[in-house]
Amino acid sequence: MTGLILLAVAVAVVPLLLIIGDVVAQGAPAMSLAFLTNTPTPPGVPGGGIASAIQGSVLMVGLATLIAVPIGVGAGIYFSEWPESRLSFLSSFTNDVLAEFPTITLGIFVYLIIVLATRSFSALAGAIALAIVMLPIVARTTEESLKIVPVSLREASMALGVPRWKTVLRVVIGTGKAGLGTGVLLSVARAAGETAPLLLTALYSPFIPRSLFLPAGSIPYLIYYYGLSPFADWRTAAWGAALLLVAFMLLLNLTVKVFIGRRFSGVRAEF
Amino acid sequence: MNPEPLRATKSAHRSRGDALLKSAVAAAAAGIVILLFFLGVELVYNSRLSLVTYGFGFLVGTTWDPVHEVFGALPFIFGTVLTSALALLIGLPVSLGVAIFLSERAKERRLIGPALGSLVELLAAVPSVIYGLWGLFFLAPAMKNYVEGPLHAYLGFLPIFGTTPIGTDVLTAGVILAIMIIPTVSAVSRDILNAVPNSQREAMYSLGATDWEVTRKAVLPYARSGIFGATILGLGRAVGETMAVTMVIGNAPTISASLFSEGYTLTALIVNQFNETTSPLYASAMVEIGLVLFGLALAINLFARTLIWRMTRASRYRV
Repeated sequence: MTGLILLAVAVAVVPLLLIIGDVVAQGAPAMSLAFLTNTPTPPGVPGGGIASAIQGSVLMVGLATLIAVPIGVGAGIYFSEWPESRLSFLSSFTNDVLAEFPTITLGIFVYLIIVLATRSFSALAGAIALAIVMLPIVARTTEESLKIVPVSLREASMALGVPRWKTVLRVVIGTGKAGLGTGVLLSVARAAGETAPLLLTALYSPFIPRSLFLPAGSIPYLIYYYGLSPFADWRTAAWGAALLLVAFMLLLNLTVKVFIGRRFSGVRAEF
Repeated sequence: MNPEPLRATKSAHRSRGDALLKSAVAAAAAGIVILLFFLGVELVYNSRLSLVTYGFGFLVGTTWDPVHEVFGALPFIFGTVLTSALALLIGLPVSLGVAIFLSERAKERRLIGPALGSLVELLAAVPSVIYGLWGLFFLAPAMKNYVEGPLHAYLGFLPIFGTTPIGTDVLTAGVILAIMIIPTVSAVSRDILNAVPNSQREAMYSLGATDWEVTRKAVLPYARSGIFGATILGLGRAVGETMAVTMVIGNAPTISASLFSEGYTLTALIVNQFNETTSPLYASAMVEIGLVLFGLALAINLFARTLIWRMTRASRYRV
C-alpha cells in the first residue's frame, strides 16, 4: 500500500515539474530586455514585446489591491473579533463560497454592472473584477492570522485601559501583520494570473494603458490570445509571457512560505 | 476637579471608538453577503428575456444555433458534467494518496512531508491559462499519441473509445482538470485527516494493527464525510474552471459517447461567445448560461462547505 501512496504523490508532483520545465524551455528563447520593454508588434514584425501587457496587469492588479485590501481586512477583523454574531457566520460562509466561485461569473457580473453602464470595456472594470477575486482570500487570511494572536496580548492591552478598538488596530493587527502580508501577497498572485474575468471586462489592447476608462491588455490575456494565434512569433511571445508569470508566481509563493514559517515559529514561542 | 465626569467622557470616547470600528468592519462583512446576492440578482434580471422565451426548454434543448436564435444548453451542461466527472475519477484517488501520505506517513519525516506538501500546493498557484497553454501544446499531442491512440487501437470497439483520437477532446480536458483539482482536494483532505483525533489511531494501534490497517479502518471511516466534502469542493473547482478547458476541449457542441470527441463546456461557451452576441435575445441567453453556471457552483459549494464545516468544527470541540 505504501507503494500506491508514493505513486499517487509522484503522479501529483510530476505535472508541476513538466509544466515548469516546458514553460522555461519554451519561454527562455523569447526573454530579453527588449521583450519586456517594447510594445507588441503585428505578426511577422520583429522587435515586439509585452510592455503594454505588463503595465496593464500592474495597473489593474494594483488598483484591485487598493479596493480589495481595506474591505477584505475589515471583514476579516469582523470574523475574528465578533465570531458569535449571526452576520459573522453568514458572511464567513458566503466568503468561503465566493472564494471557490467560478471567476468567469464574476466577470459577467462586472460586465453587467460596469461595462454595460459605461458602454466600454475598461481597465477600471477589469480592476473591479480582480478585486472581487481577491476579496475572499484577503478576508480569510486576515481572520486566520488575527485568530492566532494570543489572548494574553489582548488582555494585557485591555488591562492597561486601552480601548478595544485601539487594542484591535494596534495590538492585534500589529501582531498579526505578517499573516496579513501573506494574505495580500497570495491574493496578488492569484489576481495576476486570472484571465477569465478580464475577458469580459478589460478585454485587450496592444497599447500602453493611458486611461482607466479604456480597454487594457494584461499578461494572462496576452498568453491566451497569442497562444491560440496561428503566428509562430506570437506563440513564442506567449511562452515568454508565461515564463514571466510563472516566475512571478513562484517568487510570491516562496516569499509567502518564508513569511508563514516566521509567523508560526513566533506564535509557538508565545504559547 | 471632580474625577467622575472625566471618567465618563473617557468611557464615552471609548465606546464611540468601539462602535465606529465595529460598524465599519461589520459593513465590510455585510458587503460580501450583499455582493453574492447581487451577483445572483443581476444574472436573473439580465437573462429574463431568455428565461421567458425558452423556459425550462433552455436546459434540455440540444441545438445551439445563434443564427436562427435556437438556444439549448444541454451540450454544454453535458460537457461540463462529463469533464468534471472524469476529473474526479482520475484526481480523487491521487489526492487521497497524497493526503494520506502528508497526514499519516510523512509526519515523522520532518523535511520530506512539508517539502512535498508545498510542491503540491504550488500546483494550485499555477494560473489556469498556463495549464491551457501547456495542455494545448504538450498534453494534447502526448495524450493523442501515447494514451488515446493505443486505447483506440485495442479497445476501439467500446463506444467510449470509438472515435479517432484528436488530442483536443473531452478526455484531455478531464486530465487537465484532474491535475488542477488535485491540490485543492488533497489539501482539504489532509486537513480533515489531521482533524481526526489521535485516540482513534492509538486505540487501533493498541490492538496490534499495522499502519495501513489504522489508516483504512480507523482514520478514513472517521473522516469519510469530510473527505466527501473535499471531493465535492474539487467538483466545484472543475465545474467552474475556464481557460484551461477552453483551450483543450476543441469547442464543438456535440453530445457523444466517445471520450475522444470534441466537446464544449458552459465556461468555454462564455469565453468564446459572450462578447460576440448579435441580438438582445442572444445576449440574454449567454447571461442565462452564466446563471446555470452560478446555480451549479452555488449548489455544489453550499453542499461541500456544509460537510467540511461540520467535520472541522466538531473536531475543534473534541480535541
